[in-house]
Amino acid sequence: MGLPDVASSVILGPWLDEYIEFASRLPQNEPAALAQLRNRAIAGFRENGFPSTALEAWRSTDISEIAQTPYRRVPSASVNTSPVDVVPFSYVMCGELVFFDGHYAQSFSSICDLPEDAVLGNLRDAIRTDPDKVQTHLGGYVPFEENAFAALNTAFIKDGAFLHIPRDTVMKEPIHLLYLTTGHENPTASYPRNLIVVGENSQVTIIESYAGPEHGSYLTCPVTEIVAGEGAEIEHYKIQHESAEAAHMASQHIYLSRKSHVVSQSMSFGGGYTRNDIGATLNGEGADCTLNGLYLPSGTQFVDHHISVEHTRPGCRSFQLFKGILEDSARAVFNGLIHVHPDAQQTSADQSNRNLLLSRDALVHSQPQLLIFADDVKCTHGSTVGELDQEALFYLRSRGIGEEEARSLLIYAFASEFIERIEFSPVKKDLEKFLINRLPHGEIIRQAM
Amino acid sequence: MLEVKNLHAWIEGKEILKGLNLTVKPGEVHAIMGPNGSGKSTFSQILAGRDFYHIPEGEVLYEGRDLLELSPEVRAREGIFMAFQYPVEIAGVTNAYFLKAALNAIRRHRGEPEVDAFDFLEMIQDKMALVQMDDTLLKRSVNEGFSGGEKKRNEIFHMAVLDPKLAILDETDSGLDIDALRIVADGVNSMRDPERSFIVITHYQRLLSYIVPDFVHVLVDGEIVQSGGKELALELEERGYAWLVKHPADENHSEPVPDQV
Repeated sequence: MGLPDVASSVILGPWLDEYIEFASRLPQNEPAALAQLRNRAIAGFRENGFPSTALEAWRSTDISEIAQTPYRRVPSASVNTSPVDVVPFSYVMCGELVFFDGHYAQSFSSICDLPEDAVLGNLRDAIRTDPDKVQTHLGGYVPFEENAFAALNTAFIKDGAFLHIPRDTVMKEPIHLLYLTTGHENPTASYPRNLIVVGENSQVTIIESYAGPEHGSYLTCPVTEIVAGEGAEIEHYKIQHESAEAAHMASQHIYLSRKSHVVSQSMSFGGGYTRNDIGATLNGEGADCTLNGLYLPSGTQFVDHHISVEHTRPGCRSFQLFKGILEDSARAVFNGLIHVHPDAQQTSADQSNRNLLLSRDALVHSQPQLLIFADDVKCTHGSTVGELDQEALFYLRSRGIGEEEARSLLIYAFASEFIERIEFSPVKKDLEKFLINRLPHGEIIRQAM
Repeated sequence: MLEVKNLHAWIEGKEILKGLNLTVKPGEVHAIMGPNGSGKSTFSQILAGRDFYHIPEGEVLYEGRDLLELSPEVRAREGIFMAFQYPVEIAGVTNAYFLKAALNAIRRHRGEPEVDAFDFLEMIQDKMALVQMDDTLLKRSVNEGFSGGEKKRNEIFHMAVLDPKLAILDETDSGLDIDALRIVADGVNSMRDPERSFIVITHYQRLLSYIVPDFVHVLVDGEIVQSGGKELALELEERGYAWLVKHPADENHSEPVPDQV
């Protein structure tokens, strides 16, 4: 139902041509279920096109420029960059899967000895070697009917990370998934597709990092599906450091079973145009889901978070904290929905979105929403948009702290509520380091923290 | 140390200070008393470097330099400290580490070596004892969730650590019970020395029984209308301020309001 400008065949033509070219090279023996999934996705995209701002979920998010940019997939991995040159983060880990322009780069990846029956590898291989494990879940959680980018990702499913952990298995070291864009003359696209299935009472920490060269126009359009079995514990981080000319249009969904516990924290630092659609379904009694986010746009960067938390069963808890720091003429959108279904009594759900505007030209649209159909629930939501506290600034300066330092200190302090919630210390330390480097006279933070 | 000459200050088209004069020499303790709205806090804010006042006339010399030219942080580094009437809560900034950063900024300015966390914690022990600061207040965010008394004690603790030459106490006694008042006063008294000066701003005489001033000034309607020794405070306690307030008939000298400041 998009307006003609973004739904018209003129706009869609190049995308559909790209798909036809892509589909013609798919293996003949592709599993039928996957082929059907693709067909449904591309048919939906053909019919609905790109969303226009007339749609509620895209009201403040004009994607017409992305729709009109001729992003093309890179046919195969042309590895010309080492990950260490590009990615600012590195960890000691159990396994690291590296993808260049959406293609698995085996020679740059490493996988440790895995517990019995655990599978960690790239999706492309898993479709062949573990078709049942993949097909049970692939495409089952992220809806693409109303999201053109999730639809495109689904149509273009080719590679990504696949992690399948059996029951009662604790993965002690984290798993790092690293998606690098290598930089090409023309705008490129990649469609990483990740599937993470964690069995009953199992535990894992996963870090998804997205990075690319400082300059260059590219589209990263990932979809990540996370399935937590009963009593499973998952810690998930998504860290995005792409080019300020890049578009990052991501979808993620977490499905929580009984008594599972998932914490997913996203950090959006790069990207000229970033959209994170994050969904969670708390579908078993006692499930507990935390979704936190930090975004820090400057220049003309745009960051959009659309969160949707579905409480379908009783006695679940969800918590959201999204904090934004906006400089220059950056813009941000936050739209968070908590939907408590009639069965979901004794739900506890909290959501807050706090924004700090450092410039008069920065702009935030924040819209928390509650939809409650049960009567015995405890839900809170709140949203704030403010400037640096002048009283606090003066107080710090009156004790000898320079003006720029005082500002940086207060900005860091604003972010610290998010930082303090990061359990995995390498991610926390890297984030601290990033902020200290990013803020003027950031050294004061090291002094004062 | 400090010379204030004919200081006029305006805010939002209203004249708050109307020619204030004050001279403070090293080692002296000056109390400034006055009814609400007389300009006491405006005066302390101007000394600390608050920039939202318009100052069309007058000057403030600190150790012979034009104080009004200096940013708040440079004033602090040059030895001026103001204990806030309403200390600001700053979530996410740890009290102790912030104080260490402030101390190091001051030390850098003085050409002294910076202190590390270990030395810092050692050197603040006796300052903490001075105002009976609880260890937990060091680790918490600056003033966040502190009681009124804890906030004021924290201000005196900051003062003791930062070791200023001129300390301004802006209504430090407001909201304090008698025990907290005594702790704060003891802290201040222990810091009195021939080189350090204090300006104690207060509405009530009570604080001045504990911090005995060398001079008492009465600020009424933006001007010092009476100065004297410590006994003036007692007289004010007895007689109130009314006898010093000008009669309405005298108030016909109001000056033209300047354009937007």
